[in-house]
Amino acid sequence: MQYLLLINDEEDDRGLMPEYMEYTEALQASGALAGANQLQPAHTATTVRVRNCEILVTDGPFIETKETLGGYYLIEVDTLDEALEWAAKIPSARFGHIEVRPVVMRQAEVNA
Amino acid sequence: MIGVLGDFDLAEDALQDAVTTALERWPRDGVPANPAAWLVTVSKNRALDRIRRNRTLQRKTELLAELATEPMEDDVIPDERLSLIFACCHPSLAVETQIALTLRSLGGLETDEIARAFLVPEATMAQRLVRAKRKIRDARIPFRVPRDDLLPERLAAVLRVVYLIFNAGYGPPVRRDLCNEAIRLAAMLALLMPDESEAHGLHALLLFQDARREARVRHDALVLLDDQDRSLWDGDEIASGQRALARAVALRARGPYLLQASIAAAHSEGTSDWPRIAALYAQLTAVDPSPVVALNHAVAVAMAEGPGSGLTLTDGIAGLDDYYLFHSVRADFFRRLERAAEARDAYARAVALAPSDIERAFLEARRSGL
Repeated sequence: MQYLLLINDEEDDRGLMPEYMEYTEALQASGALAGANQLQPAHTATTVRVRNCEILVTDGPFIETKETLGGYYLIEVDTLDEALEWAAKIPSARFGHIEVRPVVMRQAEVNA
Repeated sequence: MIGVLGDFDLAEDALQDAVTTALERWPRDGVPANPAAWLVTVSKNRALDRIRRNRTLQRKTELLAELATEPMEDDVIPDERLSLIFACCHPSLAVETQIALTLRSLGGLETDEIARAFLVPEATMAQRLVRAKRKIRDARIPFRVPRDDLLPERLAAVLRVVYLIFNAGYGPPVRRDLCNEAIRLAAMLALLMPDESEAHGLHALLLFQDARREARVRHDALVLLDDQDRSLWDGDEIASGQRALARAVALRARGPYLLQASIAAAHSEGTSDWPRIAALYAQLTAVDPSPVVALNHAVAVAMAEGPGSGLTLTDGIAGLDDYYLFHSVRADFFRRLERAAEARDAYARAVALAPSDIERAFLEARRSGL
């Protein structure tokens, strides 16, 4: 079962890179890591909407918030408790917040 | 195999298991050098696992039958009830959802009964329950007793839900079905987690509080504990509470429910031993530093040492300005210190904040009596 751990925090440089490297290594060693990326800052975002066949493109994220989406981990674990355990260890969890979302599993992936 | 295990069905099942595994693994990993031996070994291990698991369940079921004093509607084995309540009270669910789910899944209350208990439209409650079950399924909230490192906080959440259910039933207005359900759940938890002091502590606390239910309200007015007609207290329930408290104390931990139960027990004796109660509250403030506990501590200290000491303690409590009992307690201290003007003001504030007619009437009577 896959969960997406969405990392939200203010964009201050908190010097967490060494901790992130350690965390990612631990996640990888456990076999639970399915994917991960750091995102460019929120100001680099572009929002796209299509309404009545019209493509609307605006500068920035959809909603301006103090804590912005900075990165994600995609993990493979059996239960929510394990996902929560990994989420709590993410370095930014001490400052911002981590949203844990179960991924919709398609039948083919479930049987794999 | 049957000879070894002495159980035809078990042997057959175990062999079936082993064959299924073989059909999965051998194409991938290759056929073992001695396929027959492999099958026998794997079957035996599977069977032994199953026997071990059944013995554990069997032991727990026997324990249940032995100790339970009231019939538990259990076509559901004890392990599953524990797993269920931990799932219902998972922290990823809102507390009101935890309460509703627990009442529905373990209490067997109907949706409309739960809705009425918490003053919520039935459709709202129904939707709450549906969403919760979906979340348990879709987010894979686990059905199991949490691991040791998670257990303290998860058990605390479960006990809290049970306590909130009891509180909702205690009122006023009183709803016996909720109180009874809470006590039943507390008993179940104490039975199924006999090494957890706080489970026994909560069980004891609810029994002591429930024992006083007949004496709490008289002619629609709230009666203070010391003024209660003790002949109306349920002696059997107090005795049960003392037994549960003893079990909690024997386990040596000193958590908040055990301390509250000890306080309730002290109140249940001939006359309330206020110095002992004040000391217990002091211990409670250490493990539960909430302002309401501090307020109760002040009340006990006032009874043990005089209203002046109590008043000084309340001066140091922050955050209770909107709590009617804070002002009524201070009003009572002022009254006993013969500071009538301050007492009147404090009663006025208490009346303005009182949550129901019963409390309001009580406070008005006190204010007029100045």
